[in-house]
Amino acid sequence: MSTPLVEAVETVEAPDAPARRRRGWRSPSFLVGAALLLAVLALALVSLLWSPYGLDHTDPTARLAGPSPQHWAGTDRLGRDQFTQLMLGARTAMWIGLASVAVAFVIGVPLGLLAAAAGRLAENAVVGVIDIVIAFPTLLLAMLLVTVYGASTAVAISAIGIGVSAEVARLTRISASRVFTQDYVLAARTCGTGPLMILVRHVLPNIWHTLLVQAALAFGVAVIAEASLSYLGLGTPPPAPSWGRMLQEAQSTVSVAPWNVLLPGLAVAVTVVGVNLLGDGLREVLDPQLRQERQAGER
Amino acid sequence: MLSYLIRRVAWLIGSLFVAGSAVFFLLRVLPGDPAVTLLAVGSSPDQIDAIRHQLGTDRPVLAQYGHWLGDLATGNLGDSLFTQLPVLDQIAGRLPVTVPLALSAFVLSIIVAVPIGVFAAVRRRGLLGVAVSTLAQLGIALPIFWVGIMVVWLVAVQWRALPPGGFPRTGWQDPGAAIQSLVLPVATLTIAQGSVLVRYVRSATLDVLSQEYVRTARSLGYSLPRALWRHGPRNGAATVVQILGILLASSLLGTVVIESVFALPGLGSLLLASVKARDLPIVQGTVFLMTATVLVVGLVVDVVQRLVDPRLRGSA
Repeated sequence: MSTPLVEAVETVEAPDAPARRRRGWRSPSFLVGAALLLAVLALALVSLLWSPYGLDHTDPTARLAGPSPQHWAGTDRLGRDQFTQLMLGARTAMWIGLASVAVAFVIGVPLGLLAAAAGRLAENAVVGVIDIVIAFPTLLLAMLLVTVYGASTAVAISAIGIGVSAEVARLTRISASRVFTQDYVLAARTCGTGPLMILVRHVLPNIWHTLLVQAALAFGVAVIAEASLSYLGLGTPPPAPSWGRMLQEAQSTVSVAPWNVLLPGLAVAVTVVGVNLLGDGLREVLDPQLRQERQAGER
Repeated sequence: MLSYLIRRVAWLIGSLFVAGSAVFFLLRVLPGDPAVTLLAVGSSPDQIDAIRHQLGTDRPVLAQYGHWLGDLATGNLGDSLFTQLPVLDQIAGRLPVTVPLALSAFVLSIIVAVPIGVFAAVRRRGLLGVAVSTLAQLGIALPIFWVGIMVVWLVAVQWRALPPGGFPRTGWQDPGAAIQSLVLPVATLTIAQGSVLVRYVRSATLDVLSQEYVRTARSLGYSLPRALWRHGPRNGAATVVQILGILLASSLLGTVVIESVFALPGLGSLLLASVKARDLPIVQGTVFLMTATVLVVGLVVDVVQRLVDPRLRGSA
């Protein structure tokens, strides 16, 4: 059966034999992914201390100006510096991405473990709920919440977090159930180890790498979701900058200032490609079993 | 098969019930009074009471819940708060835009992406194969509305080949104009859906390629394309059906964003406008219908999977 989030990306092809031995942390997708993500993260962190202009600074003499030494990424129709907006937008994206993934894991992991550890009845109930939440798309959930509470960062984080949590719960349940059928779990049970101890000692150590990869991929999903919500006017409200809203504002001036559309889109793409590659790399690094399977499959 | 069908339909009805309940409770039971958020600051208590009455929130929660479920079961989704028109009529009025958009993007992305995905798998080490995979990965990472804006910029602004957005007021009475205004939205949605599909097809094909039966067929003298054609569809069918289900559902949802990019008067823009106007009955009804569609597609997928793959029929 396919697992949408996980299968959406794949490992790069197995390199030649000598390179294969040197693999590990030097996996190319891990390195490239980490570099891309670190660049965006650096942009976000630097913006906490310094940005070329203030958030509200407008330059009326340079509206819709192209990239120049004064405005590295040009200006928008109000004369706001786009590089400043990009930096602050990176901060929003990183923050909402991290917070949504945290929400998704706080909800999803215990739910998945519960389904795997408890009896059949509880498992069916949880699986049913997961199926429905998966069928209930994040965007629609966000729209429901915004209707009642208005657009806010908290609503965006909750909606994205709950939406992603279903996938996290599903994956946790599947990986944990696999561990529960192992002989060493049976042995531990025979020795009288309680269910909680089994979870901590045997299940979590065997599934955390899968979950970490999932966290990376979920982060990418969250960044795109945040940009989409902001684009639709349902995300973080102004004045907090967001790549999605930059795109929405730049759409009407695309004929005169196409670079204003180009750059925020690239920023989203760099972030998402970055975490996806990072996820691939992590999977190669952390899961030797999968690595061998893949290599066998490649032959 | 029949008993499976009955069980699966019962499951669907249960899911619809849960989804309907979720929509209701998310909107009503969480703190916050919809009537107060709906009105401007400084509204008189009478106005608030009037809205409460219209929304039905002056009745006990359980009574409201029963009413909502009863309405759902009879296919009544209530009236819009602002236009007073039945929600179902408003939704029906938007379908001539959304359904052709979603379906043609769905069909087109299959036509385009399946051959490309198989090619990328067979030529996975070649330059072109790697390029295709990389492009698909980029297509997944780019926000769909960004792709849309770039397509508008290139085709509508630079080349002036097609209208940048909008839909003829007369709808499908002028089919030429209607089709013209749907070309760019469909193309954008196809790029987004196709990228996802290319990766699925590629990994499914890689899976089939590594199977013993392909090796056997090859050793019997079948060429690779013939071996794939002989064994691939039958073995990969169940997975493909599942992927198509996901794709159909996401095409439908993709229209929400696409319609916003191209200013199309479809279901998605109705939903978005209602969210912004806080027209609760429309939001509630549209979200429920979209979720229900996704659930029904899920049912069809499960049933078709069993039809095409006898191996699945044994399991419960």
